[in-house]
Amino acid sequence: MIRRFTAVTVSWQFLFALTVGPAFAAGDAERGAQLYESRCTGCHSLDANRVGPMHRGVYGRKAGTVAGFSYSPAVKNSTIVWDEATLDRWLANPQELIPGQRMGFRVALPEDRADIVAYLRRESGK
Amino acid sequence: MSSTALTIPPTGIVNDRRNFLAGVGKATLSATAVALIVGCESLAQGSGTMSDVNILNTALGLEHEGIMAYQIGAESGLLQPEVLKVAVMFQGHHKEHREILAGAIRKLGGTPVAEKPKAEYAAALNVASIKNQADVLRLAARLERGATNAYIGVMPAFADRGLAQVAARLVADESMHWTVLASALGEPLPAKALSFGA
Ligand code: HEC
Repeated sequence: MIRRFTAVTVSWQFLFALTVGPAFAAGDAERGAQLYESRCTGCHSLDANRVGPMHRGVYGRKAGTVAGFSYSPAVKNSTIVWDEATLDRWLANPQELIPGQRMGFRVALPEDRADIVAYLRRESGK
Repeated sequence: MSSTALTIPPTGIVNDRRNFLAGVGKATLSATAVALIVGCESLAQGSGTMSDVNILNTALGLEHEGIMAYQIGAESGLLQPEVLKVAVMFQGHHKEHREILAGAIRKLGGTPVAEKPKAEYAAALNVASIKNQADVLRLAARLERGATNAYIGVMPAFADRGLAQVAARLVADESMHWTVLASALGEPLPAKALSFGA
């Protein structure tokens, strides 16, 4: 009985740590803004289609759906919706997530990706 | 910006404004471009070919944008003569990059992406807000830094290492451009190493 109580306590603390502790902290949108300016603005803008499609509203949007941007067939026909998980995989290796895509650009570090995704989410009003 | 703040190195380049404005759109493969592509011995159809073509075309899109940005800057009438010369030279580098990329894409059996209408670049880059020479240089510096970081980020994706090396040579030009533009603007040099791609 005592043992079980301890186990429950531990897992509750574990859950608590997962929910509010730094191990599960969402990305830092402020740092993400700097990373975005440095790494993404060569090809993207928030409000204009350039080499890549405009990004405002991308979080929560279906891939390949910005009007007036000429996507690869692969991205256009993808059924992916952009959220934390899909954006993380896209930025880690776009070709692995959507073979035939045209971005090619990779962000190696998971914490950089998390911060960039937090920024995209914030700028999408989500 | 006062003209004394500008430290544009002497160029000795032959282009003048007239050549510059006439040269847009011409794409002849220079000897350097041919040698670069031929030097890419592994440039042959293979499993990574289509993905390499896609990356090359995305890079070509960047070069188109850069060429047009310099064009708009040169036609703005805002650049002092010695600054205009440097802008023309840098635009010339981007035109050579365009040739190299388009040549590699064709060699791999792909179709080089075409440039977009000038008005689209002008709108996307918000050139309407440009009021003086420093604004032109700031836009150019931002694009050069963006292109540098873009190339760095796509290089690991090339299946053909020869192409990654070509990209490295292009990116060296872009970072050289950024350095000149940043010093012309009086911006501090990066205090830390590895400031690009970060
Ligand atoms: C080298 C140019 C380039 C760079 C740099 C780049 N992208 Fe892209 N991006 C593209 C292109 C091109 C596409 C369209 C891909 C396609 O159609 O296959 C794209 C598409 C996307 C999409 C899908 C958008 C949609 O509407 O479905 C997202 C998300 C994205 N990029 C995020 C980023 C982020 C974040 C960065 C910076 C870390 C970045 N990109 C850097 C070129 C680039």
